[in-house]
This record gives sequence, C-alpha cells and structure tokens, in this order.
Amino acid sequence: MKKLKNFRKLTISEILKEKGSYIKESLETIKKIDKDIKAFITINENADILPGKFSGVPIAVKDNIVTKGLRTTCASKILENYIPPYDATVVKKIKDAGFTIMGKTNLDEFAMGTGTEYSSFFVTRNPWDLTRVAGGSSGGSAAAVASGQVVAALGSDTGGSIRQPAAFCGVVGFKPTYGLVSRYGLVAFASSLDQIGPITKNVEDAAILMNVISGYDPNDSTTVEKNIDFTKFLDKDFSNVKIAFPKEVFGEGIDEGVAQKFQEFISFLEKKGAKVQNIDFPELKYAVATYYIIAPAEVSSNLSRFDGIRYGKRSEKDGLLETYLNTRSENLGPEVIRRIMIGTFTLSAAYYDAYFEKAQKVRRLITKKIEEFFDDFDFIVTPTSPITAFKIGEIKDPLIYYLMDIFTIPANLSGIPAISLPFGFSEGLPVGMQIMGKRFDDAKVLGFARFIEKDIPKVFPFEEDEK
Amino acid sequence: MRFKPVIGLEIHVQLNTNTKAFCSCPADVFELEPNSAICPVCTGQPGALPVPSKEMFEYGILLAAALNCKIHEYSRFDRKNYFYPDLPKGYQITQFFHPLATEGYMELNGKKIKIRRIHLEEDAGKLIHSSETITEAKYSFVDMNRCGVPLAEIVTDPDIESPQEAREFLEKLRQILRYIGVSTGDMEKGALRCDANISVIDTEKGIQSNKVEVKNMNSFKFVEKALEYEYERIVQMMKEGKEVEKETRGWDLSSKKTISMRSKEEANDYRYFPEPDIPPIILTKEYIEDIKSKLPELPDEKLERFKKEYGLTDYEAKILTTSVQLANYFEKCVSVTKNPKETSNWFLTELLRFVTSEDDFEKLNIKPEHFKELFDMIKKGEISRNIAKNVFEETFKTGKDPRKIVEEKGLKIVGDESMIEEILRKLIEQNPDKVQAYRNGKTGLLGFFVGGVMKETKGKVDPRKVNEIARKLLSD
Repeated sequence: MKKLKNFRKLTISEILKEKGSYIKESLETIKKIDKDIKAFITINENADILPGKFSGVPIAVKDNIVTKGLRTTCASKILENYIPPYDATVVKKIKDAGFTIMGKTNLDEFAMGTGTEYSSFFVTRNPWDLTRVAGGSSGGSAAAVASGQVVAALGSDTGGSIRQPAAFCGVVGFKPTYGLVSRYGLVAFASSLDQIGPITKNVEDAAILMNVISGYDPNDSTTVEKNIDFTKFLDKDFSNVKIAFPKEVFGEGIDEGVAQKFQEFISFLEKKGAKVQNIDFPELKYAVATYYIIAPAEVSSNLSRFDGIRYGKRSEKDGLLETYLNTRSENLGPEVIRRIMIGTFTLSAAYYDAYFEKAQKVRRLITKKIEEFFDDFDFIVTPTSPITAFKIGEIKDPLIYYLMDIFTIPANLSGIPAISLPFGFSEGLPVGMQIMGKRFDDAKVLGFARFIEKDIPKVFPFEEDEK
Repeated sequence: MRFKPVIGLEIHVQLNTNTKAFCSCPADVFELEPNSAICPVCTGQPGALPVPSKEMFEYGILLAAALNCKIHEYSRFDRKNYFYPDLPKGYQITQFFHPLATEGYMELNGKKIKIRRIHLEEDAGKLIHSSETITEAKYSFVDMNRCGVPLAEIVTDPDIESPQEAREFLEKLRQILRYIGVSTGDMEKGALRCDANISVIDTEKGIQSNKVEVKNMNSFKFVEKALEYEYERIVQMMKEGKEVEKETRGWDLSSKKTISMRSKEEANDYRYFPEPDIPPIILTKEYIEDIKSKLPELPDEKLERFKKEYGLTDYEAKILTTSVQLANYFEKCVSVTKNPKETSNWFLTELLRFVTSEDDFEKLNIKPEHFKELFDMIKKGEISRNIAKNVFEETFKTGKDPRKIVEEKGLKIVGDESMIEEILRKLIEQNPDKVQAYRNGKTGLLGFFVGGVMKETKGKVDPRKVNEIARKLLSD
C-alpha cells in the first residue's frame, strides 16, 4: 500500500531511477478515484508493460489522438464507437519508448472548449475542488496527472487547451513550437494552430516527454527537421534573462487574485535577477477575434468528414441530404455546430475577404509583433488564464468562454512555444503562469521554467486524503 | 456564317504516377477489387494527413512544359469543400488560388489554343449504385480506390471554334500525354475527362449567348457529338429569340441529346481556403529546369524532323509520328534499311494493317533486319512486290527470316522467258475470243493474260517481263 500512495506523486525521472513498473498502481488508482474525477473516457483494460527505456511508466492520452484498436471518441457522439485503424505518430513513439497508455482522457467535444464541459459524455472535475471544472479542452489529461492517476499525459493545444487546464489543475503544460510534434493522428480541430504537447507534474518530465514525441514526421508535411534536446537547459542558470509582460494583462476581465499572483510572479522573477519590463501589445485585443475566425473556418472543413458515411454514427433518414443533416445535427454538440456555422459563414465567397482573409492578415501582424518583442527580450510572461477554475455550469455565455483564451491564443497564432507553470494559489485554487519563447527556443523555455520551478514548493491535491 | 460557336474545355487528366497524390497507395487502381488500394489518408480517417507526392509535381511540370506554360515556383494547395459520399474528407485538395502553371498554349492546325491554367488535385472515389440509375437505386456502394489518385486539371481559353476542333484538341492532348508518358489519356477508362463550355455568337446581331457547360462526354466522338448538338440547340434558341439559360447540361448517350442537370443559380459555394495541412510548394528554378530537360521530343517537333530528315510528306510523317513507339520503331528500321521512303511505304501500306500505333513494337516478330532483307530482294529483282507482301505477312506472323521463306517456298522470280512464252501461248490458244478482242483495241485485256501467267507461276515471275512478252505475242 505504501507504494501506491507514493505512486501518485511519482515523476517520470523518478521512475527512471527506480526502474519499476507502475502499471498496476496506475490502474488501481484509476479504478479507485476516477469515479469522482472522471478524467477517462476509455480505460485501457489491456494495459500491459512494454519494453523500452520508459518501460512501466503509465501515461494517458487525450481522446482526440488516435490509438490503433483502442476507441477514440473525441468526446463526440459521432465517434462514440470509432476504433482507429492506426496509431498517431506520437502514440507510436511513446509506445516504442516503453510507455503504457492507461486510457483515453476526456475533453471538450473535438477539443472545442475551455472547461471540458462540452464533452458529450460527462464533465471532468478539478482534483482541487470537485465542484469546479478541470479546464479544457485537455481537462481529462490535466486532471488525470494532477490527481496522480498517471505519471504524465498528452494533450493538444489549439488556443490554450494544454496550458489552461494545466493551470487550473496545478500541473505543468507545454505547447511546443508549431511543427516540432507530428499531428499525424491528432483528430484535426484547427490544423494551422493544433499542436500536441505534454502535461506533467514538473518541467523536467515535460522536457523528457518532448524528447520522445517530437521530430520530423514524413506523414506530416508541417513538421520540421530540428534535432532539439529539450532537456539541454534544464540545469542552466537563467538569472540574467530579459523578460517582458504586456501591460494589457492588467486590463478588463482579469481576476483580482490572478492579477495579484502575477504581480508576485514579476517580483519573484526580479528577485531571481531577471530584468522585467512591461511592453505595449495593443494587438492582443484582436487575438481572440482573429482566432475565432481562423479556427472555426478550419473546423468547418476539418469536421466535414464526420458525415456518417464511412465510419462513425449514422442517423439515417430518407435521402442523402436528409441523412447528412440528421447525422450531423443529432451527433454533434451545440458548441461544435456553432463553430462549424461560424466557419462556414466566414469562408463563404461573399465574406471570405472581409473575415477569413482579414483574420489571416491580422494573424501575420500579431506574429510579426511578437517576433519583434523577441529581438529585445528572451521571454514574454503572462498569467496562463485570467481566472482560476470556475464552477461547473457557472458560465453560460460562449463569448465569456472565448475571452478566457486571451493570453494563450497568441502563442498558437504565431506558432511559438509556451508553458504553463504552477505558481501558488488564489483562494485555494491553483494559478498558472505562462512563459513564451521564440520559435524553436523550446528547450530554453523549458530550462527557464525549470529554473523558476526549483523555488516553488510542490503541492498535491490529494495530500489530505492520504493522511 | 451567321452563328459561331465559342468553346473552352476543362480537362481532367489522371497522372500515372506510382503512388496516389497524398499517400503511398498505388495510383493505378483501374479494375482493382473495390476498396483494396486504400489507407487512413485516402479514406479520410480522423487524424490522417496528406503529404504531397514529389512525383506528381514532376509529372505536372512535364505536362505544363509540353503545353508551353509558365511554371510557378510558388504554388499552393487549397481545399474545395462539398459533401458527397465519394469524397471522404468532405473536401477535395486542389490548387485554386495558386496553380502550378498558367498561360500556356497548344498548337493545333497552325493555330494557338491558349491554356489558361494547369493545376494539381486529387480524384474522388466512385459510387456503385444498386440499380442502373441513381434515382432508382435503393442503396449505393462507395469504392474509395480512386480517392487521391493525382489529377492535372487543364483549363483552356475559349479559343476553340468548332466541335470538331474540340475533338482534335483532345486527340492531340492525348498524343502529347502519351509522348511524355504522364497519362494513358484513355477517355473510355476515365483517365482523361472533359467538360466543355460553349456559347454562340450571332455575328449578324452582334450578340453572344450565355455559356452552357456540357458534361458526361466520355469519348472523343461524344465530345464532338454533344457539342454539335448543343451548338444547334443554342442556335435554334437564338433564332427564335429565346434566352439561353446559363446552366450545366449532361450528354445523354441513349437519346443523343444534352439534358439539363442544374442551373448556375444553384451553383455550390465551395468555400475555398488554403490547405493548412500542406505548406506552400516552393520549386526552385533549377528543379523546374531539371524536369523540363527530361521533356522528350514532342509530336510537332518529331513530325517536322521526320519530314526534313527522311524526306517524308506531311501525311506520311503525321502517321509515323502518331505514337512514340511507332516513330521509334520506324527510325530503328530506317537505321538498318537506310531507305526512309521505302520503309515509310511499307509501314503505311503493310505494317499498319496488322498493328496499331499503341502496340509494343519491341515485341513484334518482324525485326528491322527483315525489312532490309526484303528490300534487298526486291531491289535485286529476286522477288516481286506482290510476293514480297506475302513474305512480309509471314515474317510478321512467325518471325521467320524473309530469305528463308523465299528459299523454302521457291518464291524467287523465274527468269526463264521460254516458260513464260509457253504459258502465254497456251492461254492464247484457249482464249481466241479474248485475243481477237484485244487486237480489236480492248487493250485492257492484257491484264487477263499477265494475270494468268502470274497465277500459273504463283507470282514467281517478274510481272514487267510478262507484260513485255504478252504484248509482243498478242500483237503478232
């Protein structure tokens, strides 16, 4: 029993040192606590130890990353019974490295949402407060790691879907530079923004996982050939870095507690020797609007394949058009339908120039502005989310939902690396800080995050029940 | 002529690359068992991504170069969105905003037909209905083998001035496709598909009708027929002062008519946008030039060279350059016979009776050396041309040496004049009436006597000699 308690806190690097298998412990923990957390959609009952460097390390995979022979639903009714005929590149890589996939974690349907409330099956609960959301869309992965059911997890991040739930659950979430991790087998939400990344208990594990999952993939033409060792700067001294934060962070919409934590964070950085300076980033206010034109446009096209013809659920009616309409309206959720409709509208011939084309231009503008910041600074920091984990069912207005992504979206629009790092609590709920770096400076972002992490006490939500 | 048709074509060419456009499934799926050449990518499984084939670009560049196009160093793929069961992803990957090539032309009968653009895209699958027609079918099957087969779409300017010219354009296009080896160009097998836009100008009134799109023409003949029909239909409407509707019509094989499919007002909005899964394609100048340098001699160039180099007529050269295979075989034969004109004659009058230009000439029984032997025997007067034709046929069929055939069958011309005289005298004796008629001026009867001798000797005598002797004996 001692081993099981210990297991919930274990990291990849610790298991590597210990050389033991924790598959059984993971399965037991899932069976014991996931009825309350609800992180998993599918549990891999056949989970077994695999050979490899990371043999015996249990990991979870977000349920929008396909796993051969293991149901992949995207938390959508339309794929409720879909068994993929192939493994995603990242899945193949983690299996080859010896990780065991314990199950597939909950998400907002097709990763569209920020609370995992839009899952078609159930809401995932925040391990710190079961009445609150775990964040989203990778809420299941973040909650599974934070509650110690698995050692690490994979998520996907299109507008903050790794970083925001990591922040809400008090774990580390890393979105790599676009193109470093293959998207082959990631069920596309917005292809030009999607990126797979790790959710872990500490920065070192994120770097270790990045070394496993990254790399050029001949099956994904948007991947790049870069041989990065993500652990390279983990022990480096970052006391002399130059850091910027946008003034706009303290604008409307930010929770007082979060703002205060961010102030603390800045003081903390200065104490560590960093030069911190505020910058004007007026374009930030256009980031959300830009994102919510480009992402739905790609959604409207990416989700066309879910038509009930070849796979997935078909709600048949008399006639082809009727079958299409019925299948999609019965088996896709309201948020997904809303985005398909927005995207169909902004791509239509009459509005293409006014919306999609313009949004592309603004995206380039924001990217350029961010690149220019990096001429003078090493990193840009913000809170990961303007708020902490909210109550389940509390937010009804989709616009408020969308605005929550304000700090995370710029990294997706410009393709840069960004990490969310736990930095204390506000009213008992975890607060995450975001560090963004230059394109392909992923190892430096991880190194700097590790440099900070060393001074922050590690706390787990389950300390109480273990006593 | 008061009415003039204005025709533009949109042609889809299946490229016979090894793999499909965006995955490694085979591209040649003709007559394969349904759904046997498919993978997660070409069936649009969740999460699968397209990776463009380099080979497809090589083929596309060759085609664009053969059609004198400007080839762009920057091109890009876009998505064309629409729902149909044969389209697994719900969109087709195509090049809408930035095509591979633009501004080309094809020379046709001394006139330039401008090529507006050539772009690369993927083919869709096939539906197999449970009944003859889609409306009667209770259910349909989807065969996804064809999904992702690379296509080049060629769009011409409306430079074509008659249905016949449209057919000729397509025939020449097929010839070029086969010359450069990028496609079989078989319309019947769907490797070449053509839609046409036609409008008509009333030169008297100075007005032009709306454009009508014609589809479903799956042979060269039907393209011509459908456009002829459509031209007549539009002219008739214009004569009657009726408005020609902007619409899409399909050629109906059974009624030999075009039938309205949909009006342009119901046209789809395809919501084109850049394909985010494929970065823009950047081709270097060197790469384009390298591919272009592999462009073989094209039909027009070969034709001119044949006329000049071998002293052939336009007609002869045209036939001999129909296909690369035929032209190559001809040149191989000439290199042995050293007699282009005679070789050309034998190709045109004999060889092409037995083969088509698309055959594999390397595998023929008759070899270039056989032509030379045959020509030598004719030249030396050892066999007559008629005998030579029979020998040719036998060599063609069996591959047996012509000289051997002549020797074994004793087909050599018999020079003995007394034998010819003897046969002729017998014929004269047996046919006094014909002799009389000849002497009375019916000189055409000479052939009867000559033919008699040829028959009796099985053609082994020199017909010129028979002629000479017959004339002498008959006038005696």
